[in-house]
Amino acid sequence: MALLQISEPGQSPKPHERRIAVGIDLGTTHSLVAAVRSGVAECLPDDQGRVMVPSVVRYLGGERRAIGHAAQEQQTLDPANTIASVKRLMGRGLRDIAQAQSLPYALIDAPGMVQIQTAAGAKSPVEVSAEILATLRFRAEDTFNDDIFGAVITVPAYFDDAQRQATKDAAQLAGLQVLRLLNEPTAAAIAYGLDNAAEGVYAVYDLGGGTFDISILRLSAGVFEVLATGGDSALGGDDYDRALSDWLLQLTGLSALTPQDQARLMVLARRCKELLSGQDAVSAELELSSGSAAVTVSRAQFEAATRALTQRTLQSVRKTLRDSGLERDAIEGVVLVGGSTRMPQIRHAVAEFFGREPLTNVNPDEVVAIGAAIQANQLAGNNPSGEMLLLDVIPLSLGVETMGGLVERIVPRNQTIPTAMAQDFTTFKDGQTALALHVVQGERDLVADCRSLARFELRGIPPMVAGAARIRVTFTVDADGLLHVTAREQISGVEARIDVKPSYGLSDERIAQMLRDSFSTAQDDMRARALAEARLDAERLLLATGSALAADADLLGADERLQIDAAMQAVVAAQTDTDPAAIEARSKDLALATEAFAAARMNRGIAQALAGKNIDTL
Amino acid sequence: MNLQTDDFELFGLARQFAQSRDSIDQRWKALQREAHPDRFAAQGAAAQRLALQWSVRINEAYARLKDPVRRAAYLCELAGAAIQAHSNTAMPAAFLMQQITWREALDEALDMAALERLSQEVVASKGALLEQVAMLLDGVHDYAAAVDAVRALMFIEKFALDLHGRMDSLD
Repeated sequence: MALLQISEPGQSPKPHERRIAVGIDLGTTHSLVAAVRSGVAECLPDDQGRVMVPSVVRYLGGERRAIGHAAQEQQTLDPANTIASVKRLMGRGLRDIAQAQSLPYALIDAPGMVQIQTAAGAKSPVEVSAEILATLRFRAEDTFNDDIFGAVITVPAYFDDAQRQATKDAAQLAGLQVLRLLNEPTAAAIAYGLDNAAEGVYAVYDLGGGTFDISILRLSAGVFEVLATGGDSALGGDDYDRALSDWLLQLTGLSALTPQDQARLMVLARRCKELLSGQDAVSAELELSSGSAAVTVSRAQFEAATRALTQRTLQSVRKTLRDSGLERDAIEGVVLVGGSTRMPQIRHAVAEFFGREPLTNVNPDEVVAIGAAIQANQLAGNNPSGEMLLLDVIPLSLGVETMGGLVERIVPRNQTIPTAMAQDFTTFKDGQTALALHVVQGERDLVADCRSLARFELRGIPPMVAGAARIRVTFTVDADGLLHVTAREQISGVEARIDVKPSYGLSDERIAQMLRDSFSTAQDDMRARALAEARLDAERLLLATGSALAADADLLGADERLQIDAAMQAVVAAQTDTDPAAIEARSKDLALATEAFAAARMNRGIAQALAGKNIDTL
Repeated sequence: MNLQTDDFELFGLARQFAQSRDSIDQRWKALQREAHPDRFAAQGAAAQRLALQWSVRINEAYARLKDPVRRAAYLCELAGAAIQAHSNTAMPAAFLMQQITWREALDEALDMAALERLSQEVVASKGALLEQVAMLLDGVHDYAAAVDAVRALMFIEKFALDLHGRMDSLD
């Protein structure tokens, strides 16, 4: 009741005691949203009590679409417009999609990222994912009857830069403020580790619907330190379905000719797979346009048909273990995550490899969303005493193209993020003012075998004789695992201008266009949303500044303090404004006024961390 | 204390080669608890930027301090003896012979067992050189000689990387 709220002078009222922050597991087959409620992280159910949303979107033409269960139920009736497993298309070009022709929907080769042909026109995987995210956002808003402060969205640890950026873009499109992109196995480790007060070195084996991750982590006193991560961002339960589908076709001599056939076959294969986790054999009726047949599949047959896939996961495990510098027996526990780890052959293979039974006392479907919710709650500032610290790594090396199509490694894989590496480049012609850089991600020596991330064009280099310029290019990977590039000519100090052409993904203009076109942003809506966001940002900033002052006001001189107080008051006054730009301008002033204060606080924090440690060890 | 402070001071450690890995790890975590961008997620873009810079700097120092070869190279540089890994590749003949022998062994290795034998030899050779470096840096403070040993270690690490690459490809 804002009208009745009385506040003491100098004590700012707290508009929201708690900020609603959610964790979202945007999965290949299912997605979930979780939040911390009364101190406990839990997945939020829909009105029928279901926590999982099938990651399926059906376009019905015009503005109409069905999402989740409603879409999945229609999958075999309208396969061409029912988009499932869209996660596999995120940040990918048509050439990257291994089984494009066996998908029941049609893909279009578009610049930047593949698109899907639907009754509502061509859709980017980012837009399809945004539909799923928006559904989860609405569910959370309905649950709390409040706006969502921000979200932690999980991604496979092995996702590359383009796939991460696409995920972040989808969240933006869905109207979610991304607090952090969190690696799925790390999220699982948080949920598992905090629940079990686990300490020591753990392996998280995460086989989802379409991706596989393996992470080796050290857990100690709330610190989750990833030692190494690896995996395959195109290997998951879907592939087991496909392998079984192929085997069924071979067995019966039938063929899947139409999209309906393909959809029906995949649904049948999935059902068989799921049943085989609990029983030794399953019988089914395969009905395709080319004919029908009764089939019986034994678990042994299923395991034989998919053995190569299981072996591929173990290959990644071996490689990641080598990267961590640890032997198998150093692993004190193995946590299984992802619905696909319900398959007995996976449990056996993992148990055999590590020589110990994997831990399965976590719900493999929910654990990732729950871990994300715990982190979201902490990032939103709801848990100031929270001792949790995540130290994650970059999964794939970053490099630049050099002469002859070779890769020069700049940031090696498994480096703790955030991280930055600088590299000096020079000009090779007199008077050269521009330089092109091609950044790739991957472990191979040839550019052609790595993934192209972006082409950077550095401009505005002062003309000099060949070889005289020293252009220092800094590659920064932030805590989301996303790459940023800056460049400076060292001798003149000129900041080079950088034009980025991402190889995959959507341009900023395209995102802006989608935002304009999207369901939630009719003209009025857009303004209302911008206003709400500006107010929320202003509030965030006021809260942060207030708590900073409460802690470290002694760092400020009287003048500085006056300036900050004035800037805060200006923001408070502007909050009633209906022009988002006016609010943003005051927020920006406040951010500027507190910049030196923030730097001084950071220095104090660092000094205190050291002082504390020095006393401990003396 | 600022972003330009050297790694040892930033971590509150004595400027010497001998270090306890436990202390380095502990201080790394203590510093990241203060500076990690996660701590500033709700505090606006400017705070995020600052935290990113510090967090990057702490990780950079950590990566250099925890790796004995990089730590040695850094100590040489702080003492004014640059490693010049790219421009100076002159090495003693005996060392080069050993490298050639290893390269041949790597080319001829057909199975994991052979690669692992080679790996053990590389690890042993690296260990011996590190002991020498410790003596040169902390004992007699002969930075010029330490630079030579560090360069040799860099060659060995490059070889170890190729060796691991072969192990990955055999898998």
